[in-house]
Amino acid sequence: MFLKNYIKEVFGAVKSLLTGMRRTGYYFTHHKEIITQQYPDNRDTLALPERFRGEVVMPHDEKNEHRCTGCTACELACPNGTIKVITKFDITPDGKKKKAIDKLVYHLELCTMCNLCIEACPSDAIKMAQNFEHSVYDRSQLTKVLNNPGSKIMDGVE
Amino acid sequence: MWSLSGITTSIQNALNSAFNPTFALIVEMVIVGVCVIGLFAMLGLILVIMERKVSAYMQVRLGPNRVGPKGMLQSLADTLKLLVKEGLTPDGADKFLFNLAPFVAMIASMLLLAPIAFARDFQIWDINIGVLFISAVSSISVIGILMAGWASNNKYSLLGAMRSGAQIVSYELSAGLSVLCIVILTGSLKLSDIIQSQENGWWIFKGHIPVIIAFVIFLVAVTAETNRAPFDLAEAESELTAGFHTEYSGMKFALFFLAEYVNVFIVCGIGATLFLGGWMPLHIGNWHGFNHIMDFIPSSIWFFGKTFFLIFVIMWFRWTFPRLRIDQLLNLEWKYLLPISMLNMLLVTLMAIMGWHF
Repeated sequence: MFLKNYIKEVFGAVKSLLTGMRRTGYYFTHHKEIITQQYPDNRDTLALPERFRGEVVMPHDEKNEHRCTGCTACELACPNGTIKVITKFDITPDGKKKKAIDKLVYHLELCTMCNLCIEACPSDAIKMAQNFEHSVYDRSQLTKVLNNPGSKIMDGVE
Repeated sequence: MWSLSGITTSIQNALNSAFNPTFALIVEMVIVGVCVIGLFAMLGLILVIMERKVSAYMQVRLGPNRVGPKGMLQSLADTLKLLVKEGLTPDGADKFLFNLAPFVAMIASMLLLAPIAFARDFQIWDINIGVLFISAVSSISVIGILMAGWASNNKYSLLGAMRSGAQIVSYELSAGLSVLCIVILTGSLKLSDIIQSQENGWWIFKGHIPVIIAFVIFLVAVTAETNRAPFDLAEAESELTAGFHTEYSGMKFALFFLAEYVNVFIVCGIGATLFLGGWMPLHIGNWHGFNHIMDFIPSSIWFFGKTFFLIFVIMWFRWTFPRLRIDQLLNLEWKYLLPISMLNMLLVTLMAIMGWHF
């Protein structure tokens, strides 16, 4: 049935176009849906989306302990060599040698915020922070060491 | 009562009493010309800011909100910027045609303004072939576009202009056929007669479903004729940088930009005149009390309200639908709009002969 299909096609097309127009019409009349942030004006009350990715940070607790085991999974996962893990060997109280990080060097200038390192990390040692005001006058300031000086690995993280 | 037609009549009387008729006519022509140019400038400013605001709200954005109250002076600032920019002419371009093209595009839309009735008895030129004049002159705008595309000496410009040619020539057909539906019902090509025939109800209400179909087809076809998204293949930023006006800059670009918006205004004005009664207030049959209340709203407000409503609908199309491919575009016209509007015209003819409309 050519004619039946033809008419069905026309009606289907009109219906789908009207569905689209209903959506944009809804947005046009409902201004509370607007997601624009007027950034420099609302700097204090800025509400960023939960999944916004600003830079990689390593959270430390109040005892200056982090969760990084120095497994270099993040370094291997990074597509453009942003992370360099420099490891050392600690001597545990019972005389064994244990691998730990000396420095976790993070090159913010190379990072594309792809999130692969965070997904690769087996112990959730690193995460994405929400700050985005990264501009500095000297490029060397963009190379950061993520673990705090004198920090050590949290108990129970293997 | 204060009205636009009262002003024109008093100007006419004053001029005729002061000068001889020929000179008075010349002065009137100059006044009309200045008014038209002023209207164009105003329309450009208003429609650009309207488009930007509408698009912003439809895309869940805020839109321009820095220049002036709520960003309302943004288009004025943009115009100033365009005025002081350099109007480049490329080396390999055909200089004469290149510089002529924006003016051709502009003049085509200026000519279209002549038969439109803006208010009761307020019309530049009430010719008895108004509808024919409109459909004939509106196809001149393609010459400006083709000229721009050809003279630019740029492959993108040429491709855009060729697409635009194919598009305007095809969509002229179904736009013409849907306009003809109203001509059939009215029995006159004169725009003032068409408006007068809607005194007891607009055609979109009086003409049942066939006129509504004609109205929808008209809207789709004029969207294509004015080269607006989803039919903006002549510009197609993502494929052709800017299509036929790739090489234009400064005020010459602004003229194309302005011509596009004025064309939108004019086709919406024509749509409002033919289907929604032009300046005629909302009248329902013989409800004299209701009709009388509606008459208190000035006719110019009715005309501009309807026109801006249609402009809003066309903007709504633009910011909702994705752009068509060239084959889809021509399929839509030749396989769908044209057969449907032909069949529809037959139905309207039958309706007009049998007197089935109100």
